[in-house]
Amino acid sequence: MQIFTCPFCGPREETEFHFGAEAGKARPEPAPEISDAAWADYLYMNEAPRGRAREIWVHLTCGEFFVMERDTVTREVLTVAALPGREA
Amino acid sequence: MSGWRLPSGGAIDRARPLGFTFDGRQFEGFAGDTLASALLASGTRILGRSFKYHRPRGLWGMGGEEPNAIIDVTDAGVTTPNLRATLVPLRAGLEARSVNASPTAERDCWAVLDLLHRFLPAGFYYKTFMAPDWMRWEPSIRRMAGLGRLDPGNRPPADAVPMNARADLLVIGAGPAGLAAARAAARNGRAVWLVEEAPAIGGALRWRGGAIEGADWEAFAADTAQTVEAAGGRVMTDTTLWGAFDHGLYAAWERRAGRGDRHWRIRAGEVVLAAGALERPLWFANNDLPGVMSAEAGLHYLSLYGVAAGRRVLVACANDAPYAVAGALAEAGAQVTLADARADTPEAPEGVRLLRGARISRARGTREVGAADVDGAHLDVDTILCSGGWTPTVHLFCQAGGKLDLDARRDALVPRPGTAPMQVAGAANGAFGLQAALDEGHRAGGGTGPAPRAAAAADWAVMPMRPDPASGGRQWIDLQNDVTFKDVKLAAQEGFRSVEHLKRYTTLGMATDQGRTANFAGLAALAAVTGRSVEETGTTTYRPPFAPVPFPVIAGPRRGELFNPPRRLPLEPAHRDLGARWRDYGGWLRPATYGEGDEAALAQAEALEARQAAGLYDASSLGKIEVIGPGAAALVDFCNYVRMSTLEPGRARYGFMLSESGVVHDDGVVLRLAEDRFLVSASSSHTASVRLMLEEARQDRFDPRQVFVHDVTAHWTTLTVTGPGARELILGAGIAEEVAALRFMRVAETAWRGVPLRAARVSFTGDLSYELSVPARHGGMLMQALDGARAAVGACWIGLEALMILRAEKGFVLVGKDTDGVTMPQDLGWTGPREKRTDEYLGRRALFTPEARRADRRQLVGLEAEGEALPVGAHAVPLEGQRRSLGFVTSSHMSPVLGRPIALALVEAGNDRLGQEVGIFHLGETRRARIVPACSYDPEGTRRDG
Ligand SMILES: [Zn+2]
Repeated sequence: MQIFTCPFCGPREETEFHFGAEAGKARPEPAPEISDAAWADYLYMNEAPRGRAREIWVHLTCGEFFVMERDTVTREVLTVAALPGREA
Repeated sequence: MSGWRLPSGGAIDRARPLGFTFDGRQFEGFAGDTLASALLASGTRILGRSFKYHRPRGLWGMGGEEPNAIIDVTDAGVTTPNLRATLVPLRAGLEARSVNASPTAERDCWAVLDLLHRFLPAGFYYKTFMAPDWMRWEPSIRRMAGLGRLDPGNRPPADAVPMNARADLLVIGAGPAGLAAARAAARNGRAVWLVEEAPAIGGALRWRGGAIEGADWEAFAADTAQTVEAAGGRVMTDTTLWGAFDHGLYAAWERRAGRGDRHWRIRAGEVVLAAGALERPLWFANNDLPGVMSAEAGLHYLSLYGVAAGRRVLVACANDAPYAVAGALAEAGAQVTLADARADTPEAPEGVRLLRGARISRARGTREVGAADVDGAHLDVDTILCSGGWTPTVHLFCQAGGKLDLDARRDALVPRPGTAPMQVAGAANGAFGLQAALDEGHRAGGGTGPAPRAAAAADWAVMPMRPDPASGGRQWIDLQNDVTFKDVKLAAQEGFRSVEHLKRYTTLGMATDQGRTANFAGLAALAAVTGRSVEETGTTTYRPPFAPVPFPVIAGPRRGELFNPPRRLPLEPAHRDLGARWRDYGGWLRPATYGEGDEAALAQAEALEARQAAGLYDASSLGKIEVIGPGAAALVDFCNYVRMSTLEPGRARYGFMLSESGVVHDDGVVLRLAEDRFLVSASSSHTASVRLMLEEARQDRFDPRQVFVHDVTAHWTTLTVTGPGARELILGAGIAEEVAALRFMRVAETAWRGVPLRAARVSFTGDLSYELSVPARHGGMLMQALDGARAAVGACWIGLEALMILRAEKGFVLVGKDTDGVTMPQDLGWTGPREKRTDEYLGRRALFTPEARRADRRQLVGLEAEGEALPVGAHAVPLEGQRRSLGFVTSSHMSPVLGRPIALALVEAGNDRLGQEVGIFHLGETRRARIVPACSYDPEGTRRDG
């Protein structure tokens, strides 16, 4: 059971969090200009890096989405930060 | 002859005899005994039957590693299956029963299986269950192979709440290394949790004894416990640390005689693993006979319980550790022969006959040890104590990701430093010998200055022992899962050369003891037959649990109703008074029907009455999420398939929420209460996820200062009145004319009896309906008023079962029941927004992929049939040609108002098949049904306004 740190609430057990997405994935739009391949890429393709990863998570109990950098091998949480403009 | 109790000695209370039974026979032990020591003292040799061959098996070890003495125990009316006799404290009246034996371990009728062993090689089950008619054999094989019996009526109490704890330092194992680590850390002011599986601290010091810092070891242990507790730590005995998890989380099972076992989750800053080492068996023919025991266990039972394992004892070894065992047994009066495979050995202990360079090749006897062959000579012995070397207990280190290296000098796989977030000290680290353990523990605990000094300081010398491919007979590698050396050879011959494959093919190490006495032997055996080194062979993966943990301990009170508690309606008591019968609907406990009688009949009657007069139901569980602020319209538009920004305040519109893959996630009505205030309804079971999707869009794509999302589901009680008599009923309840006069899909925020009332003319039944919501604390008043006005219009309360019929008659979907993981809104007939909207919304692009454009997508349709209701889940098949699935029935009911079955189905190109007949295939039978529009009742909507 990992411990993640919500930038607003502090360290909590991982069961209080949901994975959102890999950070930095922009939603391709408007829809009519997006190819099937580009949309499928957005929906289904992830980097899933071995090692350092930058991800969006949500703390379910407070509802805030935030950016978390962690190491997927050592499970170390490296940094957490509020979304841009959402700093507490 | 076999085990016997010495006239004195041991840490038992001889003044307190305790009676107990084993396989129905009466026995007596003493307070302080374990079940294992009491049975050993009684001379009972056969404690169980082996898993596969039903061979007689006796006691091997002294703790959680015990592979043979697995016992079902009934104590104070509670039966716990598959306990290790070595870990069960003896209590008066305890009833113990051997496992996998019928009727008893002593006389087991399946013992004949052992004669067939040639026909039960490794992979027997795999080969058998691949054969065409394996099902014929399965039930009898299941009866013959297995462990303890579960009594289905048994409800063991598990009221102990699971505990959470934090420790600066967690020390696992309270032997010399663990004690030294704990004391050093506690002296530095750290909060130390010292956890020990045995009933007392001390580890091997308890039976080997020893002097530390010039005094008896017990003074050192007592000082350690005191120092730990004074520094805010805790010493826990009878506690098995069974799992290492991420971020320093450790799970422990605490056994509390008479008070119910307890589960702990300990979050540790740092960890020292000092779990000791386990003695390995030796490999010779019939090395599984009762009477073959671990040498160290022999000393354990002698010192702690005053029990000698036998009278004519052979101690077989190739290391120094068992010399103390041999000496102590000789002193106790046993006739002891020590066969050491090494030519160069220590001196023989007093009274012991030492054979240098001697190896045991065979144990003789049919039901227990009667003799032994040592270097071709026949030795008349009743007990064989073995020591094949030592295996460090590294399970938790490896669970935490640690890697192992072979230490050739100690012939052991030892932790590779830095590969897991813990330090390892003492025998667990391959440091055999008291002083080495104290040194390592002291350093691991952060001790400065010299480590505690022991009197005897020498390390144990070890010569590697291996199974010998050339030697004969049946040599057991894994006692609990009945794996022999021959099975390992066979597996290697059949190509299972990887240790992970060997494990799965032979089941070696897969028993409930996790192969603690077998794994190294298995590796060594595989290495021997494949001509590789132990290092090249590698190890299997270590996974929690370290030891079997009873489920009730982990569950605690979280079971039955408390396992996944349903949400409950605030008006539950009132519904109960009305005779509601309850069921879990999507995580909410809601009335299924009202009154006595057959549920299906009640639902039919309720549904009919609601159509003919009026029905009332509690819709409070329906999700209500407020979206508030100047940015609300834009957010709701983006999150809904149907545009909501064009709604005027006071109006309602039905819509869908899609996932980005275009699949319908939820449906429901959106009410616009004001220019900047929307109320988004969600299905009862989807409220949390809908709220999260709104939040994600709000924070990711909009200005979060301009719009807020607030789940207000619990704030409101919603009661819905539906049916031709609905208007008359609410007027009778004193609700304003203005509400009664509301037009379809309009909403009003008003007041009733001085409390806020929100009324919406939305309908889930197709009939005239009013959805009335008041703040939850006023729900009782609303319910009472509506109930009082019921009789005048002949209305009834309807449960969810009737409501399901009413909505299915109208073809209204339940998302997740009438839709599946690929259903898009156009499949439900909602094509408009997909064709017309030019702005972005969730899932938009996915509605135009090649998959989304396919002409043969499954579409929602109705089914018309004769006779009984169609089975839900049955597949629609063509009536002619090759049979294939065209789709399936998603909802099916008998319609009381139509007097025939109705059904909803997802059918391939369903809209093109309207009017066609299909087969409905279920359990080998095919019925005919006609594909019709989903709405089978009042398709013109004439009943909408009453
Ligand atoms: Zn938070």
